[in-house]
Amino acid sequence: MSEQQLFKVTIDNITIDVPAGTTILNAARQIGGEVAPPAMCYYSKLEGSGGKCRTCLVEVSKGSEKDPRPMPKLVASCRTTVMDGMEVKNITSPKVIDARAGVVEFLLLNHPLDCPICDQAGECHLQDLSYEHGKEGTRYEFQRRTFHKVDLGDKIQLHMTRCIMCFRCVFVADQLTEKREHGILDRGDHAQIATFIQKNLQNEFIGNVIDVCPVGALTDKTFRFKNRVWFTKPVNAHRTCENPKCCGEVQLWMRGDEVFRVTARKDEWGEVGQASNGKTGWICNVCRFDKKHIKDWVIEGPTKVNRHSVIAQGHYVGVIKPQETLPEVLHGRQPKLVMDIHDVSEVNKPNIDLSLLERPAHSTDFK
Amino acid sequence: MQTFQKMQALTNRAKAVDRKPMTFLERIYLWNILKGMLITFSHIFKKKPTIRFPEQTRTFSPVFRGLHVLNRDEEGRERCTACGLCAVACPAEAITMEAAERLPGEENLYREEKYAARYEINMLRCIFCGLCEEACPKDAIYLSETFTPTNFTRESFIYGKDNLLIPNPKTEAADLAKAKGM
Repeated sequence: MSEQQLFKVTIDNITIDVPAGTTILNAARQIGGEVAPPAMCYYSKLEGSGGKCRTCLVEVSKGSEKDPRPMPKLVASCRTTVMDGMEVKNITSPKVIDARAGVVEFLLLNHPLDCPICDQAGECHLQDLSYEHGKEGTRYEFQRRTFHKVDLGDKIQLHMTRCIMCFRCVFVADQLTEKREHGILDRGDHAQIATFIQKNLQNEFIGNVIDVCPVGALTDKTFRFKNRVWFTKPVNAHRTCENPKCCGEVQLWMRGDEVFRVTARKDEWGEVGQASNGKTGWICNVCRFDKKHIKDWVIEGPTKVNRHSVIAQGHYVGVIKPQETLPEVLHGRQPKLVMDIHDVSEVNKPNIDLSLLERPAHSTDFK
Repeated sequence: MQTFQKMQALTNRAKAVDRKPMTFLERIYLWNILKGMLITFSHIFKKKPTIRFPEQTRTFSPVFRGLHVLNRDEEGRERCTACGLCAVACPAEAITMEAAERLPGEENLYREEKYAARYEINMLRCIFCGLCEEACPKDAIYLSETFTPTNFTRESFIYGKDNLLIPNPKTEAADLAKAKGM
C-alpha cells in the first residue's frame, strides 16, 4: 500500500482527514483548540506512553462507516485509532465531561494540595486540568499516601507524594538514555517511582524527566524554591552543545540578568517541541544544570506565552515607554534619584545571585 | 449644532445659563454676602464632624484595611510559604520576596518546608486594596486596623519581615496582647 489511506473522522462536529493509524487524540490535536482532549500520561514524543491516566476519555458515537454502532463505553483517545467515518464527541458529550471530572477526582485522591510550595505551580498540567475539568470538592475521607522526599542524584528531586503515576519519566529513561536506573516499584496503591536502592540517576539526558513530569514530582534542585515560575521570564536561547545528541536549543527562565532555570522548549501541548534539526528537542544535563550564566547562551528572544497563562503576568508586551520630559525641562539636567531601592531593600540584592546556587537557598544564605 | 441643542438632558437638574444683566440689588452684592455669612455662622452651632486626632481616635469599620501583618500560627511558626500569590495579585507591585528551604532544626520557626526568607512591602507603592489578603492561601498576610506611621524619609517605608511579623504568641505573648489592644 504505497498510497497512504486517509480516514475521515468527525470530532465535535469538525471533520478532518487523517492517515490510517492515527489516534483520536492526535486527530483532535490536528484540529486544535478545545477539541483536543487533555492528556496527563500520553506524550507524543515518547513511544508507548498513554493509556494510564484516563483523562483523554472520549465518546465514540459512531464506530465507522462500515459498522456505525457506537462504542459501548468511553474510550481512551490516546490509545484508540480512528476508523473511516468515525464520529467522536469530546466536549459536546455530557458523559465525557462527567467522566473527566471523575478522573480528576481520582488523580487528586493522593495528590497533596501543596501548590503554594510546589515549584511546578503555574505550569502544572494537573493544576490546569483540575481547574478546567475538575469539581471543587473531593469525597475522599482517608489519609493521603505520603512519601519521604528522595534525591535522585544531586540535581533532581523526587517528591513521590505528588506523583500521579503517568510513567512518562520511565519512558524517558528507557528511550533517551542507555541505561535505566529507575522504574515503578510495588503495585496498586503502593506503586511508586523509585530507584531500587537509593541510587543516583547518572545519565547525561536524565534531566529530561523533569520536563516530561506533568506534576511537581520530579523537579530541578538547582531551581528549587528559588523563584515562582510566573516571576521569571521565559526566553528562547541556544548554544553549541558538545554533546552530539543534544540540540542545545532551550528556554531560559530569567529574572533580570540571572538565569534561574533552563528547560527544553515546549510546544502548545506542553510537550518538548521539535528542534531546528528536526529531532525532538531534548537537552542534556550540562545545558540544563550547569550553564546558569547569561554569557553561556545566545538569546533569540522572548518565548511567546499564551496570555491566559499565569506566566504571562507582568510581561508588559508592546508597551510604549513615555519619553522622559524632565531633562528637557531642566535644561539637560537629569532628575535626582530620590531613593535607590537596592540601598534599602533586602530582596533581589544585585550582588547576590541566588540562581548560581546549586541547591535551594537556606537561612544561612540570608545572613 | 442643531442636533446638539436637541440632545436630551441626562438629568432633570439641567438648567439653562441665565445671561440676563444683573439688577441693582444684585450688583451691590450685599444680600449675597449676608446669605453667605448666615451659612458660615450657622456652622458654629452645629456638631463638629472633626476630632482631635492623636488624642482621640475613631473606631474603625470592620472592613478597614490598614497596615499589613504577617501572621504566625498558634505555635509561633511563620505561616508564609513564599508562594508569591500576594505579589502576583498586587496591582501596585509593592510586594517582593525571596524564598528559602527550611533546614532541619528550624521546624519550630517555619510552618512549611519552604518559607519567605525575605519579605518586603513597599508602603510607598501599596494602595491598601487588600488583594494580597484575599490571595493568600495560608492565612499568612492580613491587613490590620492601624495606619502606616508617617515619616520624613522614604527609606523607612520599605517594610521587611521585622516590621511585618506579629509577636510570637509563645515567647512574646505580652507584646502580642498589647498589639491586639487587649
